[in-house]
Amino acid sequence: MTNMQQDALEIAGVRYRSRLLVGTGKYKDMDETRDAIEASGAEIVTVAVRRTNIGQNPGEANLLDVIPPDRYTILPNTAGCFTAEDAVRTCRLARELLDGRNLVKLEVLADQKTLFPNVVETIKAAEVLVKDGFDVMVYTSDDPIIARQLAEIGCVAVMPLAGLIGSGLGICNPYNLRIILEEATVPILVDAGVGTASDATIAMELGCAGVLMNTAIAGAQKPVLMAEAMKHAVLAGRGAYLAGRMPRRLYAAASSPWEGTFVGNE
Amino acid sequence: MQIQLNGEAHPLDSSISLAELVERLGLTGKRLAVELNLEIVPRSQYADTRLNDGDRVEIVHAIGGG
Repeated sequence: MTNMQQDALEIAGVRYRSRLLVGTGKYKDMDETRDAIEASGAEIVTVAVRRTNIGQNPGEANLLDVIPPDRYTILPNTAGCFTAEDAVRTCRLARELLDGRNLVKLEVLADQKTLFPNVVETIKAAEVLVKDGFDVMVYTSDDPIIARQLAEIGCVAVMPLAGLIGSGLGICNPYNLRIILEEATVPILVDAGVGTASDATIAMELGCAGVLMNTAIAGAQKPVLMAEAMKHAVLAGRGAYLAGRMPRRLYAAASSPWEGTFVGNE
Repeated sequence: MQIQLNGEAHPLDSSISLAELVERLGLTGKRLAVELNLEIVPRSQYADTRLNDGDRVEIVHAIGGG
């Protein structure tokens, strides 16, 4: 691969130009949501599944009118689920909601303070969902063994956290990510932890197939501008990864040749 | 009769279909999904699905999330 134009992320047999996946939570309003998603260049966009407010806000704009499923690949999540059973139930509702589309983001959480994944329940849910025909992109911890198991179960992408959800702490353990990447058999995407553009670039330079973020954009002072910055950050990191960085060295190496120097020779 | 609608008691004067319930709630044509007693009801079956006393109905939609 020497050409960024031909570079594509393949998930469940579909090729995407953008390696930035974005969430739709925490925006000020639907306009800001739409503008930020647009500016990010993302093609895969996550949504949550929740009870419809009965008898309230009848004229309220529907998120899927703003982020139309014929233009974006909608990735429904199982956020808020703490058991495999609840996550599976949520995915089945999401599939009905999206006219039978099978792509889901599985996340089974362990506690509200850390939003750390419960990997035992995550594995249970992944097994059921894969058997049920879902294409599962799975949020998990940065444990290389769990990541391997989730890939073996048949998840179409494994998405370890780089830091806690919504923390913006960046790539907290690049070494674990490197181990996960080294033996990856499916696309590995960083999901959660990114706080600013350089974090996204670092994730991509490590060799991640993509980055999924929400708060880093929605929580910025200017979300739409940050969305655009993230688009460039992911592209820059991907380009650098494909290009292969120069080796680090302890001492200087002049860029201008010594030969032909006409000062200091006498 | 009474059903549980999105976790709250919802009285009905008679047994109606799911399609009628959705219509009464002003949700016809909206992008949503319905679960009846923990089973998904496909959109095509709303009209043929009658609600009974004590049924638990969940109506969900997509909202912002990460």
